[in-house]
Amino acid sequence: MGSTLSQKVWERHVVRRAEGEPDLLYVDLHLVHEVTSPQAFEGLRLARRRLRRPELTLATMDHNVPTNDAAPEEISARQIEAMAQNAREFGIRCFPMGDPDQGIVHVISPQLGLTQPGMTIVCGDSHTSTHGALGALAWGIGTSEIEHVLATQTIWQKRPGAMAVSVNGALPPECSAKDVILGIIARIGTAGGAGTVIEYRGSTIRALSLEGRMTICNMSIEAGARAGIVAPDEVTFAWLAGRPYAPKGPLWELALDEWRALPSDDDARFDREVTIDATTLRPYVTWGTNPAQSVTIDERVPSPDTFGADANREAAARALRYQELRPGTPVREIAVDAVFIGSCTNARLEDLRTASEVVRGRRVKPGLRALVVPGSMRVKADAEREGLDRIFREAGFEWREAGCSMCLGMNPDVLRPGERCASTSNRNFEGRQGPGGRTHLVSPAVAAATAIAGHFALPSDL
Amino acid sequence: MEPVRHVVGRALPLARADVDTDQIIPSHWLKRLGRTGYAAGLFEAWRRDPGFVMNDARYDGASILLAGANFGSGSSREHAVWALREAGFRAVIAPRFADIFKSNALANGLVPVELAEAIVTRLVDAVRADPATEIAVDVEQRLVTAPGLRAPFALDDHARSRLLAGLDDIAVTLLREADITAYEKKRPEWLPKVR
Repeated sequence: MGSTLSQKVWERHVVRRAEGEPDLLYVDLHLVHEVTSPQAFEGLRLARRRLRRPELTLATMDHNVPTNDAAPEEISARQIEAMAQNAREFGIRCFPMGDPDQGIVHVISPQLGLTQPGMTIVCGDSHTSTHGALGALAWGIGTSEIEHVLATQTIWQKRPGAMAVSVNGALPPECSAKDVILGIIARIGTAGGAGTVIEYRGSTIRALSLEGRMTICNMSIEAGARAGIVAPDEVTFAWLAGRPYAPKGPLWELALDEWRALPSDDDARFDREVTIDATTLRPYVTWGTNPAQSVTIDERVPSPDTFGADANREAAARALRYQELRPGTPVREIAVDAVFIGSCTNARLEDLRTASEVVRGRRVKPGLRALVVPGSMRVKADAEREGLDRIFREAGFEWREAGCSMCLGMNPDVLRPGERCASTSNRNFEGRQGPGGRTHLVSPAVAAATAIAGHFALPSDL
Repeated sequence: MEPVRHVVGRALPLARADVDTDQIIPSHWLKRLGRTGYAAGLFEAWRRDPGFVMNDARYDGASILLAGANFGSGSSREHAVWALREAGFRAVIAPRFADIFKSNALANGLVPVELAEAIVTRLVDAVRADPATEIAVDVEQRLVTAPGLRAPFALDDHARSRLLAGLDDIAVTLLREADITAYEKKRPEWLPKVR
């Protein structure tokens, strides 16, 4: 029997395997940011340990950096300074605030060409699954595990299951990668991928750009999976070629041979398979407080009575109370106070291009706050070279510096209690974008159209 | 980490599904540099509701949390586990945990106990009927007991021995340093180095 892509990557990284133990895996790249790492470095200091492989470690600051020209809040500044200090003390390359390569950790690593097919990548952040879009096996870890990886460059892991999600057919107009993943999560649920690595396959996935594949892999964690992965192909190789850390010359040829052998074998067996017909997808809007609680933009807010099990009915009722939504309300009639275009899910150049096309020559609904936060300073610079900043600004959007920003409300970009936001981010949990804030997850195109209309809308509604 | 053999005590019936780590500890608590000082942030938003179960004095001093399925989903923040530990919890019983939460719990001696939904519901009912109900989690025997109930739970040998011994994972791994060095010698040369 053949192997799946994720099994192949796994097997190539086993340092030690013994009965009754998880596998000890080698980590090719460890990404570090300011929020989940300080306690790990402190642990190293207390135990007088050094980094095993500082050159396989990259640090940046993204979670709580300000994205306007204000100075960081004092408490955030201490964490940002600690990251810089830890990087100096332990010999780690760090892209600090103000550096042209600074940005959201999951945006900068692929952009630098550090994320490559067949690698193992970990980071103290659940959205590390993003890197799977290039055929890397990448997953989020906790702070104790960060300390372990810093000290040993390895991690103990139980072998995950393999799940296949195949998406086939042409995406309908106005549907994007974001709608594919929201549609997948709506079908399989918040624990649908539990204990597995999801391999996204099929003609729809193959036809997506690498950026779209990153959007999909990014939200694997919202389906409960350990990681998401897409087989590397010509799209992947074209994206990587020439990037600063991509292999060059004869090494590129060697790497290509290896990468071409990575896709799942034809006779590989998956523990679970789900097939989705892309032609049936529509743009999605979440109505609830977990990412599986969504409907298409053409539908209405559902009634809790339509949910079978008691627990689901109760959860839906609670979510509607929190979101202050009435069952039966058409999604297009829900007005929003804020629009956030950003995050490791949807703040790459392609996302900003899509959104800017929608708002070009139009004006944000008066009274509505609209933010564009590029995923990295490179994305910001590239967008500015194309004049996208001007389009957004002229439409009434704020054009910001790179960072996680309003995705998780760790910097001053937060919703006020009761405010409702159309957001291109990945989580609609209670209070995620600020205490009492209400989040609806959407694609960049829907977010942009919603900013103009003032309520959920498609570009074609404008 | 201290060894954990048994957790015996009263329980808090949270009994909600899909409790994400943003609810367990909101993100503004993540700006701290240490591993302590998180107890006041535990379920911070929900605690503002006087009807929230944690505000019910009958459950004060509970050391076991009874939760719904998919507990600890979302963000990888280990702060969620630190907050639960600091607030006095030593075990969480739920039908299923999110993967990262589970590894974080094991790394900090917070015992993640997975039991069938029907059994968790029985425990919740028992604790609601009598908050003084004592529940015992035996890590060694992998067994939960409560009045009229004995339920074995799954915990792999490795996780169990780590809890029982209170092992420092890094020290254990460094005993395998020869394996790591041998592996490093055969890594392909095109793999990137950050410089």
